Amino acid sequence: MPANRFNNFTDYGIGIGLRAPHYDHILTRKPVVDWFEIISENFMIDGGRPLHILDQILEQYRVVQHGVSMYFGSAGRPDREHLRRLKDLVKRTGTPWVSDHLCWGSVDGRYTHDLLPMPYTFEAAKLTAQKIREVRDFLEVPIAVENVSSYAEYYVSEMTEWEFLNEVVERADCGILLDVNNIYVSSRNHSFDPLTYINSVPTERVAQIHIAGHSKFQKYILDTHDHPVIDPVWKLYDRAIQRAGHTATLLEWDDSIPSFQEVHDEALKANRFLAETQLGVAV
Amino acid sequence: MKLAALQKAVARAVMQPLTRNERMRRVGLGGEKMHAYAARYIKPNDRLSSFERLEIYNRQYWFRVLGGMAEDFPGLRAVLGSQRFESMCKAYLTECPSRSFTLRNLGAHLETWLRRNPSWIRDRRLLALDMVRLEWADIEAFDGQAKPALRSEDLREIEAPNLRLGIQPYVQLLELHYPVDDLLLEVKDGDETADFASNAVQERRKRSKVRAVAKLEAAQIFLAVHRLDFSVYFRRIEREDFALLSALRSGKTIERAIELGFRKSAVPAADRAAFVQHSFQTWATLGWFCQPEERRTR
Repeated sequence: MPANRFNNFTDYGIGIGLRAPHYDHILTRKPVVDWFEIISENFMIDGGRPLHILDQILEQYRVVQHGVSMYFGSAGRPDREHLRRLKDLVKRTGTPWVSDHLCWGSVDGRYTHDLLPMPYTFEAAKLTAQKIREVRDFLEVPIAVENVSSYAEYYVSEMTEWEFLNEVVERADCGILLDVNNIYVSSRNHSFDPLTYINSVPTERVAQIHIAGHSKFQKYILDTHDHPVIDPVWKLYDRAIQRAGHTATLLEWDDSIPSFQEVHDEALKANRFLAETQLGVAV
Repeated sequence: MKLAALQKAVARAVMQPLTRNERMRRVGLGGEKMHAYAARYIKPNDRLSSFERLEIYNRQYWFRVLGGMAEDFPGLRAVLGSQRFESMCKAYLTECPSRSFTLRNLGAHLETWLRRNPSWIRDRRLLALDMVRLEWADIEAFDGQAKPALRSEDLREIEAPNLRLGIQPYVQLLELHYPVDDLLLEVKDGDETADFASNAVQERRKRSKVRAVAKLEAAQIFLAVHRLDFSVYFRRIEREDFALLSALRSGKTIERAIELGFRKSAVPAADRAAFVQHSFQTWATLGWFCQPEERRTR
């Protein structure tokens, strides 16, 4: 099940995000890492050091692209310049799949640079799925959409978030990047049972899983990617891989970034759960 | 409600400037009461009102874009002072919100906007504009395109005087009224170790930057902001170099570019051949030359 058409029939293990503070360590020490995830937008440039570093990484490691500004859920059409640059990068990295978020963030060409939550409506699902198909057809690589963490819900929503996710991926026939930390964060912010969400995900579409840490505030939780993964999130991860089987897993750590070793060790904790699922897959 | 209409309404609130206390405004720019506005679209929960939930996104937006501007323009921040810089950024981003998928381009229109809105830089207009131009050139030089470089041996084969040479896209040529290159290096030098510095050290650095800005005297300089081994450098060049390189970049033939380079030049005619030879050799060594853009012919 983990190697499926949505991750191009690959069977990647545990990876971490490629971040600038770790470049020197990676290039000089060459640690064993199964794969790196890059933020596509950081490398959709014409030249210079970032691409030079990326090329060196590509010589030794497998890289998967993760985007933050395609905004599949924005009502407008995809930005052609964005698509062109993304496709150039896809050719460069040979990424087996491309992921981005199930959210919106731009209106009439103006960008918020945030991952804004979708209204869970059938109209939004239809438009979003159309856009995912359009992007996939242009890039010629499988697409996986990531569930985002959110702090607001709309009156106009006609279904739950997980129903919306299912509606979109079925219509688009695309994969899912299942972020279990985001499910946890949203479940606390919107008072739903995260296991209900996990148990509703069509596992045959899960291309990849994200894990991360977050920050707790008095009245809500914020997805900050600046802490280790907490136990309740590991439990959700455990449940997710019980259902989906061994799936490419990626730890996100984007702020207050500790040493490479600390980040990698945190990611490798996933092995505890992966080992337990060797024997079978639950449904 | 249609998706496009909902997104316009929410984006309008999210991108609306915050109050001085970094909270969402209670009354929007259009005069609408934001509590009622938020309640039209966003559900409250048992802990947060509709207003508070929308405010999370409003604050995140501004923290993100203002953080981006502070990162990209530390020199301008030193010139204007932190408070004025932040107020200026809010005004700029309100009028010119990002129109690019990448935060890298956030400041792309800042120079033009400041020229249209000089009140933000009224007492240091030329200095501030010089700094903005240098900091934007720094960004462009960092990740601009590098074409295959022509080396000295390639140049030796160029004999016909009407040939053209291209200048690497990442090389940025600036004519400036102040030596802002030195100032920016000083500002950045302090910032690079800011994470490790104590409050007292940071305070001393801040005072040192203020002094550096205050004592900076006007002096026309010509600068090439370029890249070597993937690091950006500020290279002072002669007025003649600047004119010559600018002419080559604009598509002039080598012969014509040399003519333009020495227009009103104080370099004696007898020394000009050696001057040109030295300059071309240096630029070729630095990898600044490339094939020129192909010109369309009818």
